[in-house]
Amino acid sequence: MLKVDKVQKSYKKNGLFSSERQIILKNVSLECRSRECLGIIGESGSGKSTLGRLMLGIEKPDCGTVLIDGMNVEDRRVRLGNISAVFQDYKSSINPFFTVEEAILEPLKIQNKSKKENIDKITTLLNQVGLPSSYRNKYSHELSGGEIQRVCIARAISTEPKCILLDEAISSLDVSVQIQVLELLKDLKRIYNMSYVFITHDIQAAAYICDRVIIFKDGQIEEIVEIEHLKDVKSVYARKLLKSLITF
Amino acid sequence: MRILRNLSRDRLATISLLIIAVTIIAGIFAPLFAPFDPNEINMSLRYASPSWEHLLGNDHLGRCILSRIIYGIRPSVLWVLVVLFISVLAGAILGFLAGYFRGKIDAIIMRICDTMLSFPGYVMALAVIGILGVGLENILIAFALIKWAWFARVIRTSVMQYAELDYVKFSKATGISDFKIIFKHIVPVTFSDIAVISSGSIGSMILQISGFSFLGLGIQAPNPEWGMMLNEAREVMFTRPELMLAPGLAIVIVVSAFNFLSDSLQVALDPKLVISKNKYKENSPYSAVKVREKEVAN
Repeated sequence: MLKVDKVQKSYKKNGLFSSERQIILKNVSLECRSRECLGIIGESGSGKSTLGRLMLGIEKPDCGTVLIDGMNVEDRRVRLGNISAVFQDYKSSINPFFTVEEAILEPLKIQNKSKKENIDKITTLLNQVGLPSSYRNKYSHELSGGEIQRVCIARAISTEPKCILLDEAISSLDVSVQIQVLELLKDLKRIYNMSYVFITHDIQAAAYICDRVIIFKDGQIEEIVEIEHLKDVKSVYARKLLKSLITF
Repeated sequence: MRILRNLSRDRLATISLLIIAVTIIAGIFAPLFAPFDPNEINMSLRYASPSWEHLLGNDHLGRCILSRIIYGIRPSVLWVLVVLFISVLAGAILGFLAGYFRGKIDAIIMRICDTMLSFPGYVMALAVIGILGVGLENILIAFALIKWAWFARVIRTSVMQYAELDYVKFSKATGISDFKIIFKHIVPVTFSDIAVISSGSIGSMILQISGFSFLGLGIQAPNPEWGMMLNEAREVMFTRPELMLAPGLAIVIVVSAFNFLSDSLQVALDPKLVISKNKYKENSPYSAVKVREKEVAN
């Protein structure tokens, strides 16, 4: 469904007149199937967040394409209501001038539904993510990290997209809250039949929620593995990554 | 409405707003407010002290100082505001384009700005006056030409901080158009920065206009202007220092009113600061420190 085809991305290294470029992504191809949760695991600087931005159509790849249902995501009309995102940093995820209601309403407004319908929708969305509907008039600085992340999830699912990209969505939360949010994501996936692209450096969280994981290193796909076979990964890097995990 | 309500809670802001409003109204309807013709010469009242008829006294040609102050609002405040508005608008549009879209647009706009900023302000203004001729309107044109580059630069930096935030990324990802994002997400957060830099430059612009009037390049002699009134009073600075009082105080009061208003506006616009301020007022001795800290950070 969401298909990344031979994508390459590089950034200019220094200054206006320099032609030197740093290559971030090298010839990456992958596909996220419908109703699948695809994990992308890699260490910091491996280019996984850049890949995420390309998949969201915020940035353009140097060459190659990102297609959703066969249409290019660079066109914002293709993205409209089809793709959504939750980001890592909960402090800047919601405009400080917006109440929770306004924040969730923002993507909903484009769909040209009546105001009443949207207001009702927000109540159900807030309940679905486990927040009381009295939260609708609060500002983001009045909420805790976990609550903001829940609001962000509610905002992401509001348009009932086909695919949600979660870029380190739980990494800045406490461990106990992480579990709650992961459970919530699992439940929502069942209700809305969405697919997730779950970008993380936390293998345990990925193993908990994903169906398939991609191990990413230096801008390249190191290995793609079904979650059941995570133990018997072949590549050297993946083995090292699994070994370095702290187990209790 | 929320902004006005927040402002009305702040006493200093209310007073500043009142002063600015009264000044602007008095300037626009100067003929109604001024008791005398500002250019009427009456040598018998030369250097007269304040009386019931002439509340602020008379100057070296026996002209009513109060009337001159009121008529002087027009060039000193109203025209400065107009020019400021034009240059902030031009700077804001270019700054938003450069800061939001980055890339080639940014490079082109910023190189033009660099070119404009590489000339000292006064020299540029003198050059423009040299080309267009002497007069208030030419000074104002010169100001608009110089100032926009500076505004564009500051606004671009302010926009760039916010354009990379996650809520902007989210809006982009869900396919909301760039102009909607700019108006809904970036204009409100950068507005406080814009308000502060523009109110800060009101003061310097008022002073610069009077500086040019002093050189004889600005508004021409009989017409009243605050800076020029100060210069006229300068000649008798040691014998009649009180003549400097009225125009000097007028400039100080108006400039500080704008500065105080912009400070309070910044607080009133930010939901975070308003709420924390109210909270701290109830039970914390640190309120003043906290609010200050945020202002500086912005």
